[in-house]
Amino acid sequence: MRIVIGEGSCGIAAGASKIRSAIENLLCKGENLSIGTTGCIGMCFLEPIVDIYEGKKLLKRLVKVGEKDAKAIVDAVRTGDFSGVDYITISAEDEQFLEKQTRIALRHCGIIDPTSIEDYCAFGGYGAFEKTIKTMTPEEVIEEIKISGLAGRGGAGFPTWFKWNAAKNSRTEGKKYLICNADEGDPGAFMDRAVIESDPHGLIEGMLIGAYAIGAAEMTVYVRAEYPLAIKHLEEAIKQAKNHNLLGENILGTDFSCEMSIKAGAGAFVCGEETALIESLEGRRGMPRLKPPFPAQSGYMGEPSNINNVETFANVPWIIEKGGAAFAAMGTENSKGTKVFALTGKIKKGGLVEIPMGKTLREVIFEIGGGIREGKKIKAVQLGGPSGGCIPAELLDTVIDYNALAQTGAIMGSGGMVVMDESTCMVGMAKFFLDFTANESCGKCVHCRIGTKRMQEILTRIVKGEGRKGDVELLEELCEAVKEGSLCGLGQTAPNPVLTTIRYFRNEYDAHINEKRCPAKECSALLTYSVDAKKCVGCTLCARKCPAKAISGEIKKPHFINQAICIKCGQCEKSCRFGAISVR
Amino acid sequence: MNECRKNIPQSNLESLESVLAEYAAIPGSLITILQKTQEIYGYLPKDAVYHIAERVGAAPAEVMGVATFYSQFRLVPIGRYLIQICRGTACHVNGSERVAAAVSEYLGIKSGETTDDGLFTLENVACLGCCSLAPVIMINGEAYGNLTPEKAVSVLENLREKEGAL
Repeated sequence: MRIVIGEGSCGIAAGASKIRSAIENLLCKGENLSIGTTGCIGMCFLEPIVDIYEGKKLLKRLVKVGEKDAKAIVDAVRTGDFSGVDYITISAEDEQFLEKQTRIALRHCGIIDPTSIEDYCAFGGYGAFEKTIKTMTPEEVIEEIKISGLAGRGGAGFPTWFKWNAAKNSRTEGKKYLICNADEGDPGAFMDRAVIESDPHGLIEGMLIGAYAIGAAEMTVYVRAEYPLAIKHLEEAIKQAKNHNLLGENILGTDFSCEMSIKAGAGAFVCGEETALIESLEGRRGMPRLKPPFPAQSGYMGEPSNINNVETFANVPWIIEKGGAAFAAMGTENSKGTKVFALTGKIKKGGLVEIPMGKTLREVIFEIGGGIREGKKIKAVQLGGPSGGCIPAELLDTVIDYNALAQTGAIMGSGGMVVMDESTCMVGMAKFFLDFTANESCGKCVHCRIGTKRMQEILTRIVKGEGRKGDVELLEELCEAVKEGSLCGLGQTAPNPVLTTIRYFRNEYDAHINEKRCPAKECSALLTYSVDAKKCVGCTLCARKCPAKAISGEIKKPHFINQAICIKCGQCEKSCRFGAISVR
Repeated sequence: MNECRKNIPQSNLESLESVLAEYAAIPGSLITILQKTQEIYGYLPKDAVYHIAERVGAAPAEVMGVATFYSQFRLVPIGRYLIQICRGTACHVNGSERVAAAVSEYLGIKSGETTDDGLFTLENVACLGCCSLAPVIMINGEAYGNLTPEKAVSVLENLREKEGAL
């Protein structure tokens, strides 16, 4: 039997390393009990997770494990009697979180040991690549990808085969580059990180197939520096692949040679845009270039280059192994295969979800995600991060499909899916994203640089209760101008969060501007806390908790809040046991 | 250029040699060089920036341009504890703004600043990727999740106590 600890970033943040040392400390010298590691299974809401395996068979999945559970786990494995760990065994209901998914890009995540090429190969790893270079021509590879209907999973949804074909045909002699975009910048999305951390060989294999198809002899992964574990696992995996002659000269005894390297990004959202990414790879400020020339003609170092996202590559080995038609059998008319989402926000069961295209948002949020926390009502779901939009609850039956989502004003995006309940202010949400894009605009295009700044200022005054009549119209006008006047995707899509919140939640904008009121009770400048003299028993708790000393009153008599010094932190409301403090 | 460099404190540039020897000649390595430099010093000392510019054959302005473009690079030293406050979407929805405000108020500094005693540096970051633990802060690489303003402040209080600064 083997104890396998989920040690992805989420697992470690939740305390997986402490559990590992607690278990290791309990082992006797020379005891033959193996402890393995795995990446992220995607059930973030149950971390830390410990699995017990017999060979490849999962015997027990233990969840929300703490250091104190180490003894019970070791005892169970020693004796084979699992009754002692029943209390931390995953519930049948939570198991459905995985059962309702269809995993292709994530197929190995949380199952294999990401630090072992042998483990990857034991699950059929590199079989698709071997089949590719030994039995297929580059044209056949591209044809298979075309049949699959695979489209760019980074957000734009451009057909992968088309890009590969353009890069392949750009020229036949000389250098070409294959680049993986792992600069996952959408705050609230972590699909790519999970794939690299948990299945680095899966990415390498997908990239190798792509490199063979376009004729690239060099591959680079541009990964966020904020993902140290992903970088570590990928570095290790590259070394192992080299030792197994899967990278380097004359791979697997064929004429095909290919090198691979990693470049760590340095924190700039705009570098997710492919031409900005190339600038950054070349060691400069990541500012987008004019297209054309497209990267397929002149990219990294002026050579033809092809750039795809991590998830796109992670699908490739599966497609080659099972055939493009099997992939295309899933999904809708326009969107084939599966898509990974990072489900977060006010959701009960947050984590990584991979589902076939064509499912509705409602199915993902309620059937897999278990609905909203604390029995609250869903208000909206945000897709695509700073480039995407907020889809209101009444449109939850929208299917996950590039076109259907675009019609709502949002986008498929890279996979961020943030769920909001009634306590989230939609104007505040728009401001949050504009704070982000205004900060991340590279400054090249005037409309983006100054337009996002002005939009941010207007939104800031609205949430402060200083909004003016006509601000919404002014925002709409600015949105159009920024879209029109920006060179790259950052500026072209930055208005989306504003436009969709105006479109679906105009009433909230009006309440802020006209009535100086925040319906979600989130914008602190617009809130007034007051004590209901009838309910207040004068226990003095709120007065003691108030950090601004704004509450006064005699013991056993109703208290008062001095509005002039109240900082609207809400501590009093939270601390009151009699429900005597209300907020307007 | 000599005039501009007069008042720059001198760092020990020898430790930079191995980095420059490895990367200076490779085109497009400036970001990597700056990352390695920051690993050595904890930030990018000004004289190191000039030195790098000279060695890679770029204008100091160009190197500064890159250093100031990316949020990873710091031009001032950091405190003993680097507090990174996640401002990702999931954290925002779960109340990170209040956590950030409480931490900032407790320490008396804004994002990008360091406390006078050199203990804490505060930094807002785009996303730490621990979305299910939102709201999250990371202190010297260790994540603290499911925070409230009070919990966040008590974590810092404990650290201060440990350092004997209370």
